[in-house]
Amino acid sequence: MSSVAPVLIDGVIYSSWLFIIAVGLTLIYGVMRILNLAHGSLYALGAYAAASLVGLWFARGYAPLGSYAALAVSGVLVGITVGPLIERGLLRWLYGKDEIVLVLVTYALFLILEDLIKLVWGVESYVISEPYGLLGSFTLAGVTYPVYNGVLVMVAVLVAVLLTWVLARTRSGKLLVAVIHDRETAAALGINVSRVYLVTFTAGTTLAAIGGALTAPTVSVLPGMGVEVIVLAFAVVVIGGLGSLPGAALGALIVGLVRSASVHWAPQFELFAIYGVMALVLLVRPKGLFAGIEARKI
Amino acid sequence: MSPYVRRHLSLRDPTSRMLFASLAVLLAAGPWLPSWALSLSTIALGKGLVVLGLLLLMRTGLVSFGQGLYYCIGAYAAGVLAHQVKVTDGLVMLGAAALASGLIAFVLGALLAGYRAIFFAMLSLAFSMILYGLLVKSSALGSTDGFNVDARTLAGLPYSGGASYALFAVATMAAFISGWGLHGYNHSLAGRIAPAIRDNELRVEYLGSSVRAVVHLNYVLAAVMSGIGGAIVALAVGHVDPEFAFWTTSGEFVFVAILAGTGSVAAPFLGSILFEAIRSFATQYSPNTWQMVLGVAMLAVIMFLPSGLWSLFQRRSERG
Amino acid sequence: MAIIEARNLVKRFGAVAAADDLTVAIGADSVVGLIGANGAGKTTFINMITGYLKPDAGSIQFEGQDVTRLAPRAVTRLGICRSFQIPQLFVTQTVADNLLVASGIARRASRTADSAESMVADALERFGLGAWADKLASVLPEGIRKLLDIAMALAARPKVLLLDEPTSGVSAEEKFGVMDTVMQAVRPQGVTVLFVEHDMDIVTRYSDRVLAFYEGRIIADGTPQAVLADAAVREVVVGEHGAPRRVEEAVDARR
Repeated sequence: MSSVAPVLIDGVIYSSWLFIIAVGLTLIYGVMRILNLAHGSLYALGAYAAASLVGLWFARGYAPLGSYAALAVSGVLVGITVGPLIERGLLRWLYGKDEIVLVLVTYALFLILEDLIKLVWGVESYVISEPYGLLGSFTLAGVTYPVYNGVLVMVAVLVAVLLTWVLARTRSGKLLVAVIHDRETAAALGINVSRVYLVTFTAGTTLAAIGGALTAPTVSVLPGMGVEVIVLAFAVVVIGGLGSLPGAALGALIVGLVRSASVHWAPQFELFAIYGVMALVLLVRPKGLFAGIEARKI
Repeated sequence: MSPYVRRHLSLRDPTSRMLFASLAVLLAAGPWLPSWALSLSTIALGKGLVVLGLLLLMRTGLVSFGQGLYYCIGAYAAGVLAHQVKVTDGLVMLGAAALASGLIAFVLGALLAGYRAIFFAMLSLAFSMILYGLLVKSSALGSTDGFNVDARTLAGLPYSGGASYALFAVATMAAFISGWGLHGYNHSLAGRIAPAIRDNELRVEYLGSSVRAVVHLNYVLAAVMSGIGGAIVALAVGHVDPEFAFWTTSGEFVFVAILAGTGSVAAPFLGSILFEAIRSFATQYSPNTWQMVLGVAMLAVIMFLPSGLWSLFQRRSERG
Repeated sequence: MAIIEARNLVKRFGAVAAADDLTVAIGADSVVGLIGANGAGKTTFINMITGYLKPDAGSIQFEGQDVTRLAPRAVTRLGICRSFQIPQLFVTQTVADNLLVASGIARRASRTADSAESMVADALERFGLGAWADKLASVLPEGIRKLLDIAMALAARPKVLLLDEPTSGVSAEEKFGVMDTVMQAVRPQGVTVLFVEHDMDIVTRYSDRVLAFYEGRIIADGTPQAVLADAAVREVVVGEHGAPRRVEEAVDARR
């Protein structure tokens, strides 16, 4: 079937985008047991910051290729400023509360951030499409794609490799994994859990913001763009298993391919297909594909 | 019915007394209320019904982030009956809403009853978003615009549409029956098993009761209440659209539930009226900061009044 | 006639054998103490009888009926109830409400004519919990938590009662009180009792038969006196083999 190739390619591109956003969400849950509903707002903040910075960049007439640096920088800047602010300023006071209560806290945060974005940037849309077309396009299987999308895929792979290396090889990474497995034991062993939380949350929000920054050139940056993202990111991490890095990758791939297939062949079932797959996975593996082991309770 | 339950449903019980009194007051005051107040109250009562169902689930230890699913099903059931099937009686529409919600909840509940905590919350969100997606893509049902809903009669009595006294009275009755019924239910065995499940599910199983069965039952009850609430709101505003199922709508119900707390069956309705009043005020004067205000209020309640606003009343009565 | 019969039970957790071809018959109306070091398989044995864990191989019969694959709920309804090492209570509710839930569920299953309230009053009296009736389960001292846990298990009037470390965490002065109360509440009805214990005084005083577990096997089975005198038991369960005596000698020498 000649129409399979575009579905696969679109799927991989979409999966890459999903992975960058979802991996932060799953890490935050795995380490801190917080399902961050405000993750979508961080994504949006990254997109808006990118829109402003890149807009400024081109307005000043700087080298067009430098706008990619501006994209990256805006994502990182948002993450390393807003992340610690939220973690130290709000979340720190609420650890130990029920998981569901923390979800509601992040939901409240989402509401606040959505309006904050409107206050700072207004309600009109921002368009910064120059970086999208700057690198030209390439043809694969008879369809033309912007090189930018290829860059997106590479960034996703880079993020995956980097995170895997950090978690497995570096000392901080191993501490993180220890906390994911058993917070109490890790604390009893002297690990500074508080600092691990700060680092993790910042890393997670930075990844979301980078995801948003990278998306900015491809869409109109609008209020509410974070709202539908969180729903998709959630499907990805649930399918993959909350707290699992390979799970986020596999989940992103599955959701990306399913969505692509649906968009091409049965567009009205897009969300239905994604969540249908999620429900199916949960029927077979109730905690997701790469779920952890549970200790004995009684 | 056990004598214990009967006692709590009679006028000897303070909550039942309060419910009967509220019913009388509302029905009597209704004809004197200006139409904006009637509209606000009717919508608040309808949404309060959804929150009442949510509170039953929270009593069982589950937070549903997807009651919007049944709220929307109820609304669209009423709408489709009016629009496509040309039914003109509002009460029939409410019945259809209850039936549709109940049936779908019976099926979905069989799956969801096996999940807890975050997974239950997010799976329920997922299902509501599936409906949203289906409705948005459905041109037959008006896609994102939805369609208008009106009824000509209510239980045979003439009804002019929108939030008139007739609908207000129906909404008040529905709220009363649900609140009073739930109050009795809470004192039955199943009603007492619910908080036990929340506290220690394993022990409930070891005592010989099926946790799954109780969760499933409560899920269906909550869905039926949400469906009826949705139909009431649909008739009150005269319109339905896919937003009824969007996850932020469900989020608002959760917010009101947190605000109200699980202390009393009247709390959801009071919380809902407060919420609707503040919302109409806020969206008029500062539409771009309304969500922020909501978020801050939610954080404040979570941090300083974890049992909801109702706990303020309880503390006062303990002192007095 | 054996009320519970376990045949060739096997349960492995990875490389650990919690049950290694376990075969034992429990006589009706007896009191059996289960002893053994941590990890020897005593709680796993109870978990398998009550259906919380499924054995990898073997079977469990209750009054001649195969209960191996039944869920805890079904096992309870047949007449086997248990208490827990860490009391499993409804912590946001009062003692009376805890008993009310237990009694309510029990009477619905058995269709008894007694009201739930009368069953609660009866339990409060038999277990000496009257003074604690309106206290939240979260504020109770450990001995009372244990008694409540056991009282809830007895609401269903079982034929077999399994107690998982009924006196662990209970102060030395309260231990005998707890066991006396429990035994007085059940023995007159001929309830079969199995209890896991680490305190050998309790084991000696209350059981008429003792099973010593080690690495998933029963290494001794007999009267308390016989089992506790067994050399193998003294080594791996009681922990003798010279060590305690040598410690005592060293402490004495320093005085």
